[in-house]
Amino acid sequence: MRFLDVGEAGLLAETASQDAAHRVWRAIRNAQIPGVVDAVAGARTVLVTFDPLYDVRQRVRDVAVRAPAVESDSGRDIDIPVTYDGPDLDASAIQTGLSTVEVAHRHSERTYNVAFLGFSPGFAYLTGIDAALRLPRRETPRTAVPAGSVAIAGEYTAVYPQRTPGGWHVIGHTDLAVFDPDRDPPALLAPGDRVRFVPR
Amino acid sequence: MIEVLRPGPLTTVQDGGRHGLAHLGVPAAGPADWLSHALANRLVGNADGAAALEITLTGPTLRCGRDVALAVVGAAVAVDGSAAPSGRTLFVRAGQRIAIGRTVGARGYAAVAGGFTVPVTLGSRSTDTLSGLGPTPLASGDVLSVSTMDTPERMLHALPRSDVVRVVPGPRGDWVEVGAFFGATFTVTPDSDRVGVRLDGPRIARSRTGELPTEGMVAGAIQVPPDGRPILLLANHAATGGYPVLGVVARADLPTAGQLRPGGAVRFAPIDRDAAVRAYADLRLRMDRAVRPGRAAG
Repeated sequence: MRFLDVGEAGLLAETASQDAAHRVWRAIRNAQIPGVVDAVAGARTVLVTFDPLYDVRQRVRDVAVRAPAVESDSGRDIDIPVTYDGPDLDASAIQTGLSTVEVAHRHSERTYNVAFLGFSPGFAYLTGIDAALRLPRRETPRTAVPAGSVAIAGEYTAVYPQRTPGGWHVIGHTDLAVFDPDRDPPALLAPGDRVRFVPR
Repeated sequence: MIEVLRPGPLTTVQDGGRHGLAHLGVPAAGPADWLSHALANRLVGNADGAAALEITLTGPTLRCGRDVALAVVGAAVAVDGSAAPSGRTLFVRAGQRIAIGRTVGARGYAAVAGGFTVPVTLGSRSTDTLSGLGPTPLASGDVLSVSTMDTPERMLHALPRSDVVRVVPGPRGDWVEVGAFFGATFTVTPDSDRVGVRLDGPRIARSRTGELPTEGMVAGAIQVPPDGRPILLLANHAATGGYPVLGVVARADLPTAGQLRPGGAVRFAPIDRDAAVRAYADLRLRMDRAVRPGRAAG
C-alpha cells in the first residue's frame, strides 16, 4: 500500500482495488484515531485528514495496513424504486443501439455496489453497470438536474440527491429521498452497500 | 485603572503560577481552583493563565477607570448596587462600582479582559502568601493596571498579506508538468468563488495520459483539469474530485488564498511538509497571544 502526503493535514492511501479501499476506509473509521478529522473513500484510495499539529500519520498507516484482506459482508441491501421516464432515455437508447425497454431492463436487472460518495451530499457512485449501457458523459452538462434523477455515465450509475448541475444521462427518476439532512444517517447509501433499482 | 475601594479579607492577584523554580524552593502559587480561574478568564477572552483576582470568602469593591469586560465566577456580584449574574461576561462602564460579595465555596475569581498588569516577579504576577513573593494582597486605595485590548488590532495588521502562496507539493505532481506552475504568475478570474479560485496564466500540461480515479479532495488543493488551467480549491470544495492535484496550499497560507480577489495576481512557492507544519503552529501561537492577552507574563 502506498501512502502520499496531501498538504500537511492529509494522507492518501492507495489501494489495489475498490474493495480494498472500502476495507481500509472501514478500518480507519472503526479505529477512531484521535486527531483524525475525516476518511474519504475514493475509487482506489482513502484520504484521511487530521489536525496537522498532531502527526497521526504513523497510526493511520498502521491501521490501514492491518485492514482485513477479506471482509465479512457488512454492506446493506437497498432497493430504489424507479420510473424509467428520464429526458435522456430516448437518446440513450439511440446511442447504445438498444430499445428504451431494453435500456430500462438492463439497468434494473443488475445489482450495483456503492463505490464511494462525492460530488454532492448523498451522491453515491454505483458500479456494476451493464457494459452495453456505458456511455460517455453528455457533451453539454445540464445546469439543473432534478433531485431524484436516476442517471448513467461511464462505468457508474447514480441518483442525484439534490437539484444540481449534472452531465450524466438521466434515464429515470425515484421519489425516494436519497439524502435527508434531518435523517440519521442522512445519506441512504454508504460505501459497500448493494443497490437494486425496482421499476414501478 | 481599577481602583480598590474595599479590599475584602484576602484578595490576591493570581496568574497561572510561578513554575520551574521549585528546585530553588520557590512555591508555584497560582489559583487554588484552577478551573474557576480559567473559566473567569475565558469569559473575558483571556488565556487560561491570565492574571485575575482570587477572592476569599467575601470579595472587594472596585471602581473602573474605563469601560471593561469583566467576569466573576464563584461569588455574588453587583454593579452600581444592582445584582449582576456571575459566570457571565459583564460589560462595565467607566465609573461604575463593582461589589463582589460572598463566595459560594471558599474562593471566587474576578477576571478583566486583558488581565491585570501588576509587576512580574520571577516570571509570574501571582501573590505568594507563603513566601511573600509577588504583589501584596489588595488594600484600599490600590489602583490595578489592566492590559489594553489592542492586540487584536496588532494581529490584524500582521495578517499575512502576500502575493506568494506556499504550496506543499503532491500528491499527483507526477501527473502534470509541475515546473510550469511554481514561480509563474497567475491571475484570478472572475468566475472564482468560495468553491474554488480559477487561475489564468500558463497552461499546466499533463505529463501522462489516462484519467485519475476519483479521490478525496482537501481545501487548498490545486487541481489541474484537462484544459490546464489550475483551480485552487477553497473551503466549499466538493468532497471528491477526478483532476490531479499538483500541490496543496499550506494551511498557514489558506487565509491568503481565501482573500484572492478577481483580477489579483498570485504566485506559488513550494514548501516542505515539516516547514508547513511549523508555519501553521507559529501562526496559531501568534493568534492565541494576540486574541487572548495575558498569556505570557511580562
